[in-house]
Amino acid sequence: MKPLLIAAGLALALLPIWALESFHLFQLTLAVIMALAVLGLNIVTGYNGQISLGHGAFFAVGAYATAIPMSLLDWSFWATLPVSAIVCGVVGWGVGFPALRLGGLYLALTTFALAVAVPQILKHKAVEAWTGGVQGLFLLKPEAPAWLALSPDQYMYLVALLVAGLCYLLTANLLRGRIGRAMMAVRDNPTAAEAMGMDLASLKTRTFAVSAIITGMAGSLSAAVVEFVAPDSFTFILSISLFVGMVVGGVGSILGSVFGGLFVLFVPNLAEAISRSAPGVIYGAILILFLFILPDGVAGLVRRFTTKKRIIPGRETS
Amino acid sequence: MDGFAHQLIAGIATGGIYASVALALVMIYQATHHVNFAQGEMATLSTFIALTMIQAGLPYWVAFFATLVVSFIIGALVERILMRPVQNAPVLTHVGVFIGMLLIISNATGWVFGHTTKAFPTPFQSDGLLFGGLVSAHELGSTAVTLAVLILVYLFFAHTSLGLAMRAAAYNPRSARLVGIRVGWMLALGWGLAAAIGSVAGMMVAPAVFLDPNMMLGILLYAFAGALLGGIDNPAGAVGGGFAVGVLENLAGAYVVGTELKLTVALVIIIGVLVVRPSGLFGRVVFSRV
Repeated sequence: MKPLLIAAGLALALLPIWALESFHLFQLTLAVIMALAVLGLNIVTGYNGQISLGHGAFFAVGAYATAIPMSLLDWSFWATLPVSAIVCGVVGWGVGFPALRLGGLYLALTTFALAVAVPQILKHKAVEAWTGGVQGLFLLKPEAPAWLALSPDQYMYLVALLVAGLCYLLTANLLRGRIGRAMMAVRDNPTAAEAMGMDLASLKTRTFAVSAIITGMAGSLSAAVVEFVAPDSFTFILSISLFVGMVVGGVGSILGSVFGGLFVLFVPNLAEAISRSAPGVIYGAILILFLFILPDGVAGLVRRFTTKKRIIPGRETS
Repeated sequence: MDGFAHQLIAGIATGGIYASVALALVMIYQATHHVNFAQGEMATLSTFIALTMIQAGLPYWVAFFATLVVSFIIGALVERILMRPVQNAPVLTHVGVFIGMLLIISNATGWVFGHTTKAFPTPFQSDGLLFGGLVSAHELGSTAVTLAVLILVYLFFAHTSLGLAMRAAAYNPRSARLVGIRVGWMLALGWGLAAAIGSVAGMMVAPAVFLDPNMMLGILLYAFAGALLGGIDNPAGAVGGGFAVGVLENLAGAYVVGTELKLTVALVIIIGVLVVRPSGLFGRVVFSRV
């Protein structure tokens, strides 16, 4: 049963390469990227209980870590990925280090401030030579190798799918193992976790770094797919979108991150049709509605329908 | 030297705005242990309401006090409708609801009132600068108004029985309920007061920075920084922190980093306080029982 499901899933994921026209494929590629970014946020907020409102900053760092070497130094896209991972990890560790030692609220505050400040920092004169200032940087998406016979858009979808799939696999393994259990223990009962000998501050900071790397990978992909980076693509609205996507998809759920990515990309497009301000209002309303009615998100809803009801003897079923 | 003195006084004037918003944040924090990320947006909404009333022909001060009342009601309603159902929910839910409010209010104000930047009148008009060019009439007037608000809030909490009841409800809800205080309503009252204080800050800062739906975002960051600097559980400390941050921001903007990095200054202050002295300059170090 399981191999069959995996094969079906793979086929479903690959089908759009041929089934969709260029623009829709491009959008789907962005949705895959957003799903990866939401996954990064979910690691630290969903599985470790540390609220980050500033993951757009790591998305930006990843995007620039790919765009700068590609555009100014002519590196290949693949060569920038490890660099981007290292830079994002270091930045994530650096941001998490002071804030994570304190309550979750302080982290939310710090990351919120970070998200608001990022565009200003990117535009500053001191870094303008690298970041291109307000104008941003242009780059070219990597060409498909000749034997694949795919158009650049088709190839980028495949690349995004590959990188995201790999990150999802690694994350799932991480969360299933000892470290993942430790992360959840810290979330659910920090005092007990500490009494069991876990180093809270170190575990939280490292979780934050991993989460920054995953979201940064999404940023790297987005730079290559969009072929352009500029400070105003990384306002605090991006961070908030990732947060909304995580809540709507499902906090602390890997599957939920996929729904979150689809939501982040497609719902604003639909709402934009109503008014320029409508996406924000609808985003906010959906966020509050989910928190009130469906705190487990779409993933929780799916789980509710797919898991069989267990009837416990001697207890009334509702 | 004159330039420096002017920067200092301008810093105190903006510091008064930060102090008011910081006080609003601390009031809600003390009662609920949550930081209202939508505080700035609520103030922007109030300022738009004030502008609408002024444009409809009401005299400035009538519109001012009417806005206070309307903001108070909005704040109390938010507590009743949005915060009360989730009062026992985890922190993530609260932060989420605040962010949802922020999104709804800031985009709805843009939707209703337009995204263009608008001028906002000041009641303190005069030609040129006062005291040998040191301070503008608006800076002086707005500082006076914010100081008056801060003093009134202090008198209210220190010397009225309602203020005492609100403090009791924030300090120890269960015991307060046992002596007959309606804790739920005290929370709503606190939210209303915080919204009203925020609306004063909005109306006082709008003539200087011009009114648009995102006006308060930067100010909110500085208020966070001020509240953290002074100690987020200490109202007087937060007010002092707000003033200090205003002066610091103006001096740093004029002499050190320039205006482009002003928001980053707030970020640096926040991180600096958290690293060096997490409870703030005047805050209590909290121990919790396990």
